[in-house]
Amino acid sequence: MLRSIALWLENRLHLVKLFESTAGHRVPPSTDSWFYVFGSGTLLCFVLQIVTGICLALVYVPSASQAWPSLQYLNNQQFLGAFLRAVHNWGSIFMVAIMSLHLVQTFLLGAYKYPRELTWVSGCVLFLCTLGMAFTGQVLRFDQDAYWGLGIGASVMGRVPFIGAQLVHFMLAGSIIAGETLSRFFTMHVFVVPGMIIALLSLHLRLVLTKGINEFPQPGRLVSKETYENEYLEVVKKTGVPFVPDVIGKDLIFSAFLVVAIVTCALVFGPAGPNGPPNPTLIHTAPKPDFYFLPVYAILALLPAYMETFLLLVAPVIGLAVLILLPFYSGTGEKSYRRRPMAVVIVVLAFLTVGILAHLGTHAPWSPQMDAWSGAPTPVALIRDRSGLELQGALLIQGKQCRNCHSLNGEGGQRGPALDTVATRLTSDELVRQVIQGSGNMPAYGKNLSPAEVAALVAFMETLRPSYQPPARDSTEAVRLPSIEPVHPLSKDLRAERLEQTK
Amino acid sequence: MKFTMSDNDRQSCCDSNKLALAEGEPAQPTSRRNALLKLGAGLNAFAGLLIGVPVFGYVLSTFSKKSPRTWVSLGPLDQFPEGNTRLAVFQNPVTKTWDGDTTRVPCWVRRIEAEKFQVFAINCTHLGCPVRWFQQSRLFMCPCHGGVFYEDGSHASGPPPRGLFVYEHKVEDGELKILGGNLPTLAEPT
Repeated sequence: MLRSIALWLENRLHLVKLFESTAGHRVPPSTDSWFYVFGSGTLLCFVLQIVTGICLALVYVPSASQAWPSLQYLNNQQFLGAFLRAVHNWGSIFMVAIMSLHLVQTFLLGAYKYPRELTWVSGCVLFLCTLGMAFTGQVLRFDQDAYWGLGIGASVMGRVPFIGAQLVHFMLAGSIIAGETLSRFFTMHVFVVPGMIIALLSLHLRLVLTKGINEFPQPGRLVSKETYENEYLEVVKKTGVPFVPDVIGKDLIFSAFLVVAIVTCALVFGPAGPNGPPNPTLIHTAPKPDFYFLPVYAILALLPAYMETFLLLVAPVIGLAVLILLPFYSGTGEKSYRRRPMAVVIVVLAFLTVGILAHLGTHAPWSPQMDAWSGAPTPVALIRDRSGLELQGALLIQGKQCRNCHSLNGEGGQRGPALDTVATRLTSDELVRQVIQGSGNMPAYGKNLSPAEVAALVAFMETLRPSYQPPARDSTEAVRLPSIEPVHPLSKDLRAERLEQTK
Repeated sequence: MKFTMSDNDRQSCCDSNKLALAEGEPAQPTSRRNALLKLGAGLNAFAGLLIGVPVFGYVLSTFSKKSPRTWVSLGPLDQFPEGNTRLAVFQNPVTKTWDGDTTRVPCWVRRIEAEKFQVFAINCTHLGCPVRWFQQSRLFMCPCHGGVFYEDGSHASGPPPRGLFVYEHKVEDGELKILGGNLPTLAEPT
C-alpha cells in the first residue's frame, strides 16, 4: 500500500530526479569538512527567524501607540511569549554571527573565485539584507532606543547632499518619527526584506547546484578560467559523493548544536527589552544600538568631525564595492589561505577592528555620565584636611558637572582625563586657562564661572596629586630645590649663597 | 571584466534551443508568432504601467521636501522665567490617532529677558540624540557621543558639526509659539 502511494507520487512528481539534481547532487569528497557547515547554519537561523517571527506577528501590533504595550503583553502575559521573543532575538544574533563566519570561510577558501562570482555577490547582498533585518527589527521593538535610533538614522540621511531632506521624509514616512514610520519599518521587516532574502537565497542555492560547491582548496592548485570547470567536473565524476546522505552529517550536527545554543541563550538571558516607552518627552535616556551596530556607533564617536560625512556616506559604498566586486578583480589563481597571507591578515584585521570597536561601543567612554555630577560621591581621601577654598572647589567640581566627563577615583565620565593626578600634569596657570578657555573636547567655562569660582576650583585641583609625586612645574620658572625659598631667576648670586648655606 | 562561457555551457545552450524548436508548432508561420508575441508583450507593458505608476506614486509620495510646518503654542509666557532654560513640549501639528506619544515633541526654551527667547530643538546636531540642559554649568550635553553646546545653542565641544537647531518663534496673545512640525536634521535645520 505505502509502496504504491510512493510510486504514484514518484510517477506524478518525479521525486527521484528532483532529489538527484538537488539534495542528492554529487559534491567533491573534500567538502565533507567542518569548515563547510556555516552556510547551512545560517539557513537554519533564517528558518528559525521565520517561524518565531510569524509567531510574534500573531500578537504584536505594529502601531506607534500599541506596539510597546503589545511587547509588554508578549513578555508578561502571552504564554511562552517571552521565550519566543528571546529566541527571535538570539536567533538574529546567531544568524549575523554564523553568516559572518560563512563569509570569512568562503573568503579564506577562495570559494568566490571563478566560476562562483555570482554566488559570492548574492551572498554579499544576503549579508546586507540580514543587517537590514537587524536594523528594522530593532525599530519594531518600539521603545526609547528604537525611537532615538530612528532619529540617528534620520540624522545620517540628512547628511546626504541635495536630496537629504527628501530621504529623511522617505525614511520616516513623514516629517517626524510617528505612526507611519513604524508601519514602514514593519513592512520592510516582515514583507520586503524577507522576500528579497528568499529570492536571493534561491539564486544562491541554485548557483551551488549549477556551478558546484567549492572543493577544499589544495595549496598550489591554481584556478584558471580555461581548465577549472573541466577539472571540477572530472573530480565530481570520478570521486564525487552525494551531498545527502554522505556529506550532510556535519551540517546536521552543527545545526542541532546551533538550535541548542540559541535556546540556551534565550532561556538564560531572556528577551531583549523593550526598555522605556517611545515617548520623546522622556529625554533622560542614552540611546544605544543593538550589538551589530556598536562598531558603527563607536566609529562615529572616535572620528574627527570633518571625516564623518565622508565615512558615513562614501566609505560604505567604497567598502561594499571592494567586497562585492572581489571575484571580478581576484577571480583566478591561488585559492588556499595557506598561500594567501594577505587574505589571512585582512580577516585578522577585520576581526580586531570590529571587535575593538564593538568593545569600545559597549563601554562608550566618550559618552558623558549624565548623572555623575549629582550621583558619584567625592572620595573622602581627596577632601580630608582641605582648606575652605579647596573644599569649595571640590563642591564646584560636582556642581558644575565636571565629573560628567572627568572621573575621580574611577567614578565619573571618561570623556576627559581623570582628575586624580591632574596637579602633576598642569600648573595652576594652565588649570585656569583650561577651565576658562576649554579646548578640544572640553567646553570653555569662562562665561559660566565667576573669578572666585575659578580660583576655588583650581585651588582644589592643585591638591589632586599623590604625596610622592611633585606638582607640575612651569618650565620657565627656576628649579625649586628642597628647603630653598623660591628665588628670582636673575639673582644668581643670592641663589648660590643659599645653596652654600644648605650644604 | 570578462564573462567566458565554457564549452559545456555552450553545448547545453544549443541543446535547449534545439529542443524548444522541435517542440514548437511548425504549423504557425514565424512572422505571425512574432507579431502575437510583440502584441502580448506590448499589452503587458501597458498593463504593467497601469499598476506600476500608481504603486510608485504611492510609495514615493513621502519622497518630498515639503514639511507641513505651522505655528504651535508652547504655553503662556509665565511658564518660562527670565534667565532660565526650560523643557517645553508641543503637539506636532500633524497627528494621526495611532501615533501615540510620538507626536509630543520636546524642545528647550531659553528666555533671555522679557520677550527675547531662543527655542532649541531637542536633537543634537551630530546624530539626533536628546540633549540635556545643565543649569549649573549652563551647558547642553548630549549623552551619545559627548557633544556640548553653550546656553545660546552655539557649539562648545565634541563631534557636532554646528550649534543646536533653532525653531522660529513669536510671542502672540501672551503665548510663546514656534514653527514646528519637522524633525530637524542637517538637511532641513528648522
